Amino acid sequence: MTRTHLTTTALAALLGATALGAQAQEVRFMCYSDGNECEVYDDLLNRFEEQNEGVTIEVDTVPYQAILDNLPVQLAAGTAPDMAKVTDLGGLAEYYLDLTPHVDEAYWEENFGNTLDWYRGDRDEGIYGMHSQLTITGPYVNATLFEDAGVEMPGEDATWEDWAQAATEVRDATGVQFAMAMDRSGHRIAGPAISYGAELFDAEGEPILVDEGFEDYVAQFVEWHETGVMAQDVWGGAGGSTMVDAAQEFINGELVFYYSGSWNTGRMEEQIGDFFDWQVVGNPCGPDGVCTGMPGGAGIVGFDQSDNAELVAQIIDFLAQEEIYAEAAARTLNIPAHTGVASEGVEYQDVSEPAAEALNAWGAMVPNLSPTAFAYQGYPNNRAMFNITVERVSQAVVGELTVDEAMQRMREDLDAAMAEMQQ
Amino acid sequence: MLRVITPVMNLIEIPFRGAQRMLGVPLIAWVFLVPNILLFGLFAFLPVILNFVYGLTGGTNVLLADRPYIGAQNFNYLLSCDNHFDPNTCRDDKFWRAVYNTTLFVTLQVGFMIAFALTTALILNRDIRARGFFRSVFFFPVLLSPVVVALVWKWILQREGILNAFLDWLNQTWLIAALSGVTTALGGEALDVRGISWITDADWAFFWSVFISVWAHMGFYTLILLAGLQAIPRDVYEAATMDGASAWRTLRRITLPLLAPTMLVVLILALIKGVQTFDEVYAFTGGGPGTATTFIIQYIYEEGFAGQPRLYGLSAAASILLAVVLVVLTAIQLWLNRRSVDG
Repeated sequence: MTRTHLTTTALAALLGATALGAQAQEVRFMCYSDGNECEVYDDLLNRFEEQNEGVTIEVDTVPYQAILDNLPVQLAAGTAPDMAKVTDLGGLAEYYLDLTPHVDEAYWEENFGNTLDWYRGDRDEGIYGMHSQLTITGPYVNATLFEDAGVEMPGEDATWEDWAQAATEVRDATGVQFAMAMDRSGHRIAGPAISYGAELFDAEGEPILVDEGFEDYVAQFVEWHETGVMAQDVWGGAGGSTMVDAAQEFINGELVFYYSGSWNTGRMEEQIGDFFDWQVVGNPCGPDGVCTGMPGGAGIVGFDQSDNAELVAQIIDFLAQEEIYAEAAARTLNIPAHTGVASEGVEYQDVSEPAAEALNAWGAMVPNLSPTAFAYQGYPNNRAMFNITVERVSQAVVGELTVDEAMQRMREDLDAAMAEMQQ
Repeated sequence: MLRVITPVMNLIEIPFRGAQRMLGVPLIAWVFLVPNILLFGLFAFLPVILNFVYGLTGGTNVLLADRPYIGAQNFNYLLSCDNHFDPNTCRDDKFWRAVYNTTLFVTLQVGFMIAFALTTALILNRDIRARGFFRSVFFFPVLLSPVVVALVWKWILQREGILNAFLDWLNQTWLIAALSGVTTALGGEALDVRGISWITDADWAFFWSVFISVWAHMGFYTLILLAGLQAIPRDVYEAATMDGASAWRTLRRITLPLLAPTMLVVLILALIKGVQTFDEVYAFTGGGPGTATTFIIQYIYEEGFAGQPRLYGLSAAASILLAVVLVVLTAIQLWLNRRSVDG
């Protein structure tokens, strides 16, 4: 009797454990934050866990560099997490999970139609990612320094030269360290280059990267470094294609004009506080009146190598729902890519006046973005072009190469990269 | 204790006795060696072979099955130059810049390292006060993580760092004012020691990379040289003293010749470690400004794992070339060692 009882109990325990094991599903989400994004997603995903018993979503917050460097290797080796927040939207497209079978296609087309193509890579259809934050590159300006220097801030159609001159006057008058700085990034320099006439692609849509407009801007950019208008510490402060920003210099009040992007709004809001007045101004114009930045941003994608494909699709679909998406945008101070949320307007939470104005300013820049900028952002191999740009322009900035040599090397690097990618 | 161990060992011995009876004495050795050989093969030989195979393939896929065989193209690409002394004439100028930077770095770093380590070892070998304390002080940086070393020095040398703060303060003191008075009186310019951006100037960034590397690793080599110095018999020095040899002559004729085998070990170890330099300098300058402090390991890392597209084949080919250099250095060490042992 006792023996039978023990056997039955053991079997029941074994079955119970098996059932529990079958029910429990763990999803790993590799996330990076510009501000508080991962914290907010973690909180929102707790709600999903409450609604779906047995589901655990581990939000692994990693540095941005890990998303750029480690994730591609993990994907290639088949050891990636189930989902991630990525910025190399087209470059990793071959690994994305097609959400189409698991979501309401019409809803996604209606609300994310503008950005779905960025995630498709070489494919013509399918839903591969939720664009979680639309970003635009552009300048932050220290308004207090302008006021202290008694220099008038250039107006809406001001050119890059106008801003360089004004920022230099402000620096000289106030004694701060730097007039201008731009993030060390191929993405950041692309907007100004397009404003100077860079086409980046030929008539057939094949990448060329270097043309007259591109070279003109790089020559100007290098000259600004030589003459001390641009902070040497950023583009001259690292090697390879490492991203370097100048946000801390701006936050410390040592920089007049900082070319970065909308994702830093939350950081500026939080870290500058009332230390000084700052504002976002429109993208400076090139010689022919083109005044564009680069669109971009980050998106949440699932990977087809995940064992929980359907669940991953459900989680991303949960985050894409209008109410949840709007809350995430409001709490992370990001510009929404969800057209429904954008048209309703986001009620940014606990936001100061400068931050609210900045967010509006970023929104106002969207119509001015050049089609070339959209094409560049959507090009699957743009990351290779960004990296080539950073490496070679940096060499020109520090004097290792002349601008002509740098341009020639960029052409050769692009040819070599394209040849490798086609093998 | 032995009473416990002996029965256990007797028990373990039983299957091996059986195996020896079956296989014979010569083959039983393999039973003991095979597990080790398998593990060593799996974790040491296999990666080397895989690396070599990757070096002969192209494309951007990571899995070997998806990578096309391209023969020696990667090696040709790396080695193709009109003039090997001018990186600008090379197809892959970044590789050659890294080669030149590494060569210069190793020459300076190893030279200064051995000079300072030897001087320090000679001082610490004397009967000085608080000798134990100073030995610890010189060895302490060796215990630090390379990233910590880099970050500490970055903190000191950045534009707003401690060194610049000190120089700016010094510039306003009476000392500099007085020295300026002297230099201007002599017809020169006023002295100005204001801080500069040490890390964004190519020459200074290189200088500090060498300096930090010497600072961080010197303790290790000092310790080896100190052990070598203490192995020299005392009676040789006593005989020299009785013969009236000066300190300088004793150093030249006794200490240095008897220390030569240890110096050789230090030289080869420092050379190999110098060629492998990566973490400290990468965390300190990121290889910049431009490519001023990009060394060969960083080139390999960036081509294979940080750049876009990821050129695993090129990266593997570069690492094979590096391995060849390291093998040559090791062979020289073995040859010199054998020569010194043979007398």
